[in-house]
Amino acid sequence: MKRQVLRAAVLVVSLALWEGAVRALRVPAFILPPPSQVLLALQRGAASNIYLPHLWVTLLETLLGFASGSLLAFLLGTGLAASRTAEYFFYPYIVMFQSMPKVALAPLIVVWFGLGLTSKVVSAALVAFFPLLVNTIAGLRSADEDRVNLMKSLAASELQIFWMLRLPSALPFIMAGLEVAMVFALVGAIVAEFVGAEAGLGMLIQSRNFSMDVAGEFAVLFILSLMGLLLNWGLVSIRRRVLFWDPSEKAGPLAGEIP
Amino acid sequence: MAREVIAVRGVACEYATPRGNVPALEAIDLTVAEGEFVAVVGPSGCGKSTLLKILAGLLPTTRGEVRLRDVPVTGPRRDIGVVFQSPVLFPWRTVLDNVLLPVDVQRLGRGANLRRALDLLALVGLSGFEERYPWELSGGMQQRVAITRALIHNPAMLLMDEPFAALDAMTRESMNLELQRIWLERRETVLFITHSIPEAVFLADRVFVMTARPGRILEEVAVRIPRPRALEATAAAEFGALVQRIRGHFSPRAGS
Repeated sequence: MKRQVLRAAVLVVSLALWEGAVRALRVPAFILPPPSQVLLALQRGAASNIYLPHLWVTLLETLLGFASGSLLAFLLGTGLAASRTAEYFFYPYIVMFQSMPKVALAPLIVVWFGLGLTSKVVSAALVAFFPLLVNTIAGLRSADEDRVNLMKSLAASELQIFWMLRLPSALPFIMAGLEVAMVFALVGAIVAEFVGAEAGLGMLIQSRNFSMDVAGEFAVLFILSLMGLLLNWGLVSIRRRVLFWDPSEKAGPLAGEIP
Repeated sequence: MAREVIAVRGVACEYATPRGNVPALEAIDLTVAEGEFVAVVGPSGCGKSTLLKILAGLLPTTRGEVRLRDVPVTGPRRDIGVVFQSPVLFPWRTVLDNVLLPVDVQRLGRGANLRRALDLLALVGLSGFEERYPWELSGGMQQRVAITRALIHNPAMLLMDEPFAALDAMTRESMNLELQRIWLERRETVLFITHSIPEAVFLADRVFVMTARPGRILEEVAVRIPRPRALEATAAAEFGALVQRIRGHFSPRAGS
C-alpha cells in the first residue's frame, strides 16, 4: 500500500518537475509542451472522439500481427526444435533475415500490401516473429533429461512426449517470448503506419507532427504507452494462470509486472 | 524355485568415445524371481545406472540379452515401473495426475484406475494429498509419489535406481521401512540399485555386488534375516557380518 502511494508519487513529482522546467526555461510548446497542455490535448481529442477509431485500428493491427506472427513462429520453432536437420538447413537464413532491420522493410511492405490493414499486420507479424521463434526452440529443448527418460520408460510415443512433457516444459519460455512479441508487434504496426496509412495512432502522430501539434503528439504517445501496458497486463495475467507451477511465478513479482 | 521375471545373460555394454570404446559393463549375469527383492550395490560409476537403463529398455546392450518374462527386452516396455534417483514429477500435474501419468500414456483408462491410484496413495501414506502439487510436498513425500506412479500400471517388475540417495539420512531410514512395508504387502518383484551397503542388506533377499571399470558382478550374497526387519536388525551380528563381507570387496586391500 505504502509502496503503491510512493510509486504514484514518482509520477506526480516527475510531471511537476517537467511542468516547472518548461515554464521556467520558457521552452516553446512546439519543442516540448508542458504536461498540462498534453492533458488538454488529450481532453480535446477525447471530446471530439478522435482517438477511439484510430486506437481501434492500431489495436487490431497489433493483435492480428501478434497472433499470426506468434503462430507462425511457434509452428516453425516446433519444427526446428524437432529436427536438427531442419535447423541445420534453415536456421542460418532465419538469423540472417532477423539481422536485417525489419523497420527498413516497412516501405516495401506498404508497396506490396497497400495502405490498408494488411501491410500493418504483415509488418507487426514480421517483427513479432523472431523472439517467439527463438524461445520456442530453446523451450522445447529444455525438457529435463530424466523426465524424457521417464516418458520413454513408459513406452510413450514422440507425440505423447511432446504434448505431455516438452510443450508444458517450454511454456515459461513461450510466455516470455509472447510478452516480447506483443511489444514488438505494436512497434511493427506503428512503423508501417508511419510509412503510409489511412488510419491508426501512428498515422495520427505523423499528421500531428506535420501540423506542429507537439502537445497532440505527446497525447497520442501517452495513449500508445497505455495501450502497450494494458496488452502486457493481459499477457501477464494469462501467464500467471498458465504457469502457476513455475518457480519463477512463485518467487514474487517479475520485471514488467504491475501488481 | 519361483518363476524368473527377469533374466540377464552375459550382458555387456560399451560407450563409444573419441578415444575408442569404453566398456561400462562386462558379462553381467543375474536373475530375479517372481516376488523377489534383489539389490545391486556398488560404488559410483560402476555401471549400475547403465544396467538399469538396459533393463528398462532405454539403452541397447553391446552383447548378451535381457529377458523379461521370457521375452527379450529390445526397447521400452509397458510392463516395467521405474523409480529414478530424483522423483521426476511433473510440476504442472497434481499428485493424483502424476500417479496417473502411466495410465494416460498407455491409455489404460482413468476411470478403471482412479480407485487403484487412490488406494495406492493411501498405502504409501499420502491420502489427502491427491490434489496437491509436487512442489508443495517434502522430498520424501515426492519420492513416495514416484513409487506410487511406478506401481499404478501393475508392472511385472519394479526397477529402482538409488531412489533414496537424494534424501537426508533420517528420511532415508524411514523410507526404507516404508518400502519394506509396501513390499511385504504387495510382493512386487523389485530390482533395487544403491551405493549404500546397509540399505541393500536391509531391504533385499539377495544382494549382487558390483565393481567398477568395467562393471562386473563379484559376488551374490543371500540375506536370510527374517522379515519384517526392524531398524534394530541393523545392529544385529548377522547384519553386521553381511555388511562387512560386502564392504571387503571395496576397501583398498593391502598388497593388491
